[in-house]
Amino acid sequence: MTVHETTGTQDRHHGFGRVPRKEDARFIRGKGNYVDDIKLPGMLYGAVLRSPHAHARLVSVDTTAAEAHPQVKAVITGETLAGLDLAWMPTLSGDVQAVLATDKVRFQGQEVAFVVAENHYAARDALELIDVDYEALPPVVDARRALDEDVPVIRDDLEGRTGNHIFDWEAGDAAHAERVFAESDVVVAQDVLYPRVHPAPLETCGIVADMDKVTGKLTVHTTTQAPHAHRTVYALVAGLPEHKIRVVSPDIGGGFGNKVGIYPGYVCAIVGSIVTGRPVKWMEDRSENLMTTSFARDYHMRGEIAATRDGRIRGIRVKVLADHGAFNGTAQPTKFPAGFFHVFTGSYDIEAAHCAVTGVYTNKAPGGVAYACSFRITEAAYLVERLIDMLALELDADPAELRLRNLVRPEQFPYSTATGWEYDSGDYPRTLRHAMDIAGYDKLRAEQAERRREGTGSLMGIGISFFTEAVGAGPRKHMDILGLGMADGAELRVHPTGKAVLRISVQTQGQGHETTFAQIVAHELGLPVDDVEVVHGDTDQTPFGLGTYGSRSTPVSGAATAVVARKVKERARIVAGAMLEASPDDLEWSPGRWSVRGDPGTGVSMQEIAMAAHGSVELPEGVEGHLDATTVYNPPNLTYPFGAYIAVVEVDPGTGKVSVRRFVAVDDCGVRINPMIVEGQVHGGLADGVGMALMQVMAFDEDGNHLGASFMDYLLPTSMECPSWELGETVTPSPHHPLGAKGVGESATVGSPAAIVNAVVDALRPYGVRHADMPLTPANVWRVIQGRPFRTDLAIP
Amino acid sequence: MKITVTVNGEAFAREVEPRLLLVHLLRDELGLTGTHWGCDTSNCGACAVWLDGVPVKSCTVLAVMADGKEVRTVEGLERDGVLDPVQQGFSECHGLQCGFCTPGMMMVSRWLLDRVPDPSEGEIREALSGQICRCTGYENIVRSVRWAADHPAGNEVTS
Repeated sequence: MTVHETTGTQDRHHGFGRVPRKEDARFIRGKGNYVDDIKLPGMLYGAVLRSPHAHARLVSVDTTAAEAHPQVKAVITGETLAGLDLAWMPTLSGDVQAVLATDKVRFQGQEVAFVVAENHYAARDALELIDVDYEALPPVVDARRALDEDVPVIRDDLEGRTGNHIFDWEAGDAAHAERVFAESDVVVAQDVLYPRVHPAPLETCGIVADMDKVTGKLTVHTTTQAPHAHRTVYALVAGLPEHKIRVVSPDIGGGFGNKVGIYPGYVCAIVGSIVTGRPVKWMEDRSENLMTTSFARDYHMRGEIAATRDGRIRGIRVKVLADHGAFNGTAQPTKFPAGFFHVFTGSYDIEAAHCAVTGVYTNKAPGGVAYACSFRITEAAYLVERLIDMLALELDADPAELRLRNLVRPEQFPYSTATGWEYDSGDYPRTLRHAMDIAGYDKLRAEQAERRREGTGSLMGIGISFFTEAVGAGPRKHMDILGLGMADGAELRVHPTGKAVLRISVQTQGQGHETTFAQIVAHELGLPVDDVEVVHGDTDQTPFGLGTYGSRSTPVSGAATAVVARKVKERARIVAGAMLEASPDDLEWSPGRWSVRGDPGTGVSMQEIAMAAHGSVELPEGVEGHLDATTVYNPPNLTYPFGAYIAVVEVDPGTGKVSVRRFVAVDDCGVRINPMIVEGQVHGGLADGVGMALMQVMAFDEDGNHLGASFMDYLLPTSMECPSWELGETVTPSPHHPLGAKGVGESATVGSPAAIVNAVVDALRPYGVRHADMPLTPANVWRVIQGRPFRTDLAIP
Repeated sequence: MKITVTVNGEAFAREVEPRLLLVHLLRDELGLTGTHWGCDTSNCGACAVWLDGVPVKSCTVLAVMADGKEVRTVEGLERDGVLDPVQQGFSECHGLQCGFCTPGMMMVSRWLLDRVPDPSEGEIREALSGQICRCTGYENIVRSVRWAADHPAGNEVTS
């Protein structure tokens, strides 16, 4: 594969560059510490009894036999929880969700009872002994029928609820869009489904809850991407005093959004620990993970794009029917019920845009924002990139040329979009051209034309996707989750010998924070990376902040780290002034040293300054000793990473099988702190794109039975389906981030599905195919071309 | 049932339920938590260990089936304080992110290299095709295995 080295510092020891990860030492030895590895003295094990029905009235739950099991310590039902006022809990979207069902079950796999036993085999055995009487109700499975008058009301627990409607939300100017569409030469419209998928981290969700009855302190070790937010929610839900709750997020086996929310099993384990007085562990099995925890997408979109005959895009509008499942549990900033979907104008200079999103309840698991989507930008980017390709087909234009014609131009930044975003920086045409160069775009098109003329064998397709992300939520005045503003804290202490400890509010699920954040401090203070320890994932040890998701760690917490390091550097300047008997204003900085301007030989090192700051050097009036600082970073804007992706696929017309032959990804995420880690993040997201485009889907039958409840049915890409990724980069720093960096964790997941689908549709062009919905499994592709002859006139334009 | 299993060269005798899975014997009874559990259905390979020299998915092997046999886990890759080149390769080439699939990946990689010391990219990908990674897109895992093939004695200085 091709890697274009980043420009800038490549120093392995004093800052940015390809520094090997500190985390690796424990993981390669099998010495990680994941939730399921935690074993506390006297620990018990929980298991959840789940509904086999998608929709049913709960008539009775008989736990007598389970309670009589010799190894069972407690059985908790909805009735038990109702007695504690804990049967329902708030969701991240201001709805409520049943912890354990009391009235009805509303999706297959919903939590009905919780058993606590001596070991997990016994807990599972006892589930079999619980006798539940259900009265089956007709389920609402198809979101497109959820608002019909003759379907049952799923949420009859909510007062006054007469239907399954959750919300209507709009962005942009509908009237303006209407005018622009009416006067445009060409309008292309398409129904586009982004199917329901699941992030499926390799480690499932779980918790070890430990209530110390003597001290009243609750410690939970749990798979959370947002430990501080979880602590506050537990305090609000359970009425526990917040200072007596400690949430520890140890090593996490992948998150991808799956571990943002609070699941009923967590609450049950906490109650189990309170009831039994012993620690209780609960870990999902894989089916529980896939069937019940945060899914993603499930957007039924009707998109329209308007343009002039010569290919100038003028307007885009979209209507969305959003399937939110049985409880509205999506995780996104409060003001935005459709997340950041209104970034759907993508990377193009478009004068008119409007979207209208309607959210509905169905008898499926709750969730909706998970899986590296940057709050629905995945859906938005996919929609606009499909529409552009359809427009290119309509205009008989090259999809790359059409994009280059309409991309926001470098001189237009900061660029205000028709739906209210302010993109911070970019040079989009440069990035797309770079991707085309790496791919050898013209040669690929020539090869395709040649093979289409021959007209036999495998079908070659070339697909482009250009995406703009909006990440790093976010400015407090616009963005909160459950009323908690999305700012993040950082604390930095430099010890007397010059070794530093950084405490951050975000935590890692594999992103390498222990390395990257140490690099930021090292870069700012001129310290060796090895001299900076990063503490994270423990609410008793770290400042408050909203956690790691939405690609926000570098944009928000990375900025906080730079700011706090600069505060320490300024404090060091004052101490150095006292040491050198010079005014701090007369000092100048070189990495790791303050010295008198013009006389670098007289300087003092950070290590010397640190010792002096803790020693007896006389400091100016009002200056405290020691060398530490704290900060809270409230981002002024989101950061807007972007990228150009090109996929080359081969489709077997006999079987419908798609192979990804090449995939070129040029990402621009501003300044790269650790290019090795950035590339790893991109690689992973590209594999996600292959998965979603070609195989991953959470399907249901008409009774609401989940058809993808194991890895035998919910297919994930392996090393065989993934090509060797070809990466490139451009660097356009963010003007408002202290380091010029932007987030990157989700870029490839957002950008890649469209490139693959566009490539497959391009391959099928000779059959007259204009669109096909994901996942493009062999069966789905085969079906799409049935009844459509291979047309030479379409193959050879 | 009473079983005796040799794990990483050390013999353990245990009284176990016939239904106990090998992965749970290793993790819960013997405290070897480096072997992870990921899917229940033999698809993901997070639980891969060697049983008498052959990789198996320990979530679908009963502990009693390992009676009288030798098991090697990730904890047994390092020998006399020296990392296996595969372990070094994963660190050198950023072949891991969250680390959850890593033990299984490394066990299968070591098995491959013992049989095919100079594998092609295709051979590496095929050998790892029963192992799912959700973080790396496999690119750097393939490179990690190649690194180990290119450095059969590992680095002089271990990380």
